[in-house]
Amino acid sequence: MFDVNSVRRDFPMIVNNPDLIYFDNGATTYKPQAVIDAITSFYHDYTSNIERGEYPTAIMADKAYMNTRKVIARMINCQDRQICFMGNITACLNQIAYGLGRDLHEGDTVLISYAEHASNVLPWFRLKRDKGINIRYVPLDMQGNLKLDELEECFDDSVKVISLAYVTNVLGSHQPIREVCKIAHRHDALVVVDAAQAIGHIKIDVEDLDVDLLCFSSHKMCGPDGVGVLYGKYDLLQQMEPILLGGGMNARFEADGTIILKDAPERFEAGTPDIEGVIGLAAAAEYLMNIGLDDIHEYEKELRSYFIDKMKKLDNVEIYNPDIEAGPVAFNVKGIFAQDVATYLSTKNIAVRSGNHCAKILHNLIGVDQSVRASLYFYNTKEEIDRFVDEISKTTLEATIDVFL
Amino acid sequence: MANIKELFNDQALMRELLLDHYQYPHNHELVQDGTYLSKHMASASCIDDITVQADIEDGTIRDLRFDGVACTISTASTSIMTELLKGKTVEEAKRIIGEYMKMINNEEYDSEALEEANVFQNVYKQANRIKCATIGWDAVKEIIEEKENNG
Repeated sequence: MFDVNSVRRDFPMIVNNPDLIYFDNGATTYKPQAVIDAITSFYHDYTSNIERGEYPTAIMADKAYMNTRKVIARMINCQDRQICFMGNITACLNQIAYGLGRDLHEGDTVLISYAEHASNVLPWFRLKRDKGINIRYVPLDMQGNLKLDELEECFDDSVKVISLAYVTNVLGSHQPIREVCKIAHRHDALVVVDAAQAIGHIKIDVEDLDVDLLCFSSHKMCGPDGVGVLYGKYDLLQQMEPILLGGGMNARFEADGTIILKDAPERFEAGTPDIEGVIGLAAAAEYLMNIGLDDIHEYEKELRSYFIDKMKKLDNVEIYNPDIEAGPVAFNVKGIFAQDVATYLSTKNIAVRSGNHCAKILHNLIGVDQSVRASLYFYNTKEEIDRFVDEISKTTLEATIDVFL
Repeated sequence: MANIKELFNDQALMRELLLDHYQYPHNHELVQDGTYLSKHMASASCIDDITVQADIEDGTIRDLRFDGVACTISTASTSIMTELLKGKTVEEAKRIIGEYMKMINNEEYDSEALEEANVFQNVYKQANRIKCATIGWDAVKEIIEEKENNG
């Protein structure tokens, strides 16, 4: 197991802000020095565009960019050619809905859940509006866990796709994707997984899961902003129409309108990509693998159980996901609007997120629109939890109002 | 004579005022009445969701009401606004709204015109919450503009 104090020294944000408690890792994560160095080196030593540059720095940039495919492929257990880089995970999910949507017809069904983030809801809603597909919701328990024993009943001949978060973004429910794939595949449906809140927190093995398409964002796994990773079974990637057309993704085109696309993954990478971001992502993945994803998960479980035990002892809070193993704590301070709690905490140098967290149909499940989300990562500590819980115990309506006076 | 601004240096009094308007907001019920103009402020943010209704006749705001889900500052600022602008002429209301916006943006303003709304004089220090203090006021401003444009 890693030493958290030594890990903390790898992160300039922590070193430079020693009193700030950052519990907003569900929104984005801090970057270790190694990631910053990788990006800086690209700009200091070999800035170039990728593909077809014949000079040394361009070849270096090419190599570094391609290396990230290798590193990510090793991280999630697939081949390099199954890793496509897009602008963020939202772009990936839109690509998936667009690509699969071309083969969906009126009356076809896509299964999602009430706990999905907007980016795994709205692209499917557009298909409902434009193509007349059905959207149906899989059964969840009150803490967002998929009721696996009732899943089979959701499938009929109309179901073509099931698209779920691996770990849901407000409640942190960890869905049994392997079993979902088995059931879905028995019914010839494709499985799409939004792994935004899972990547960097648990070990993901796409082959073992047998998932068809899976995507995640670099910035939620200690990597830079501006990169989404789309993984797919190769045949599926080869069949899928890219949402963006342009340079770098076509092999040739003629005046008569003929277009020959490159093979995946390049066909999904139109235009100059976020080269610095992709290069930084490799450094992030290497960093996390060195620490060990299993150890990260174990430590997060330990933190969460410590955290939730202390939170449960407070009588001024209502917790929506007390039994989740790892992941964020979603709660409200009784009688106080979530955003006011977050503003109050900010005056105590504590960063959390409040609101509906882009999961705007989750209220159908937990009965409230707004909550406070405290999301931790492997560089957080029990001492921070102690200070956090202490501040929550002092969060009164009067205290939250005084912030504005 | 004490300046009204100085009265609002009493922290306990200010807190009391805000708490009161948050927990027991005034004019906090919408009416089903076609003479009222209505503005639903749902797309300003994904958090506060406020509807404001105004009955404006002969250049005077005869009634002002609101409802919705919102934080302390949105609720209290809209509640105080309804009390302040009710009964005012549209011209007076426009001037008061202008002074309020100056205060919220930390500019020189006429504190006498704002009465209880002076309680928000320090909201500008929480930069990301300025919208909360203006959402209801913006709604009335838009209602007045629409009324003037449509005659």
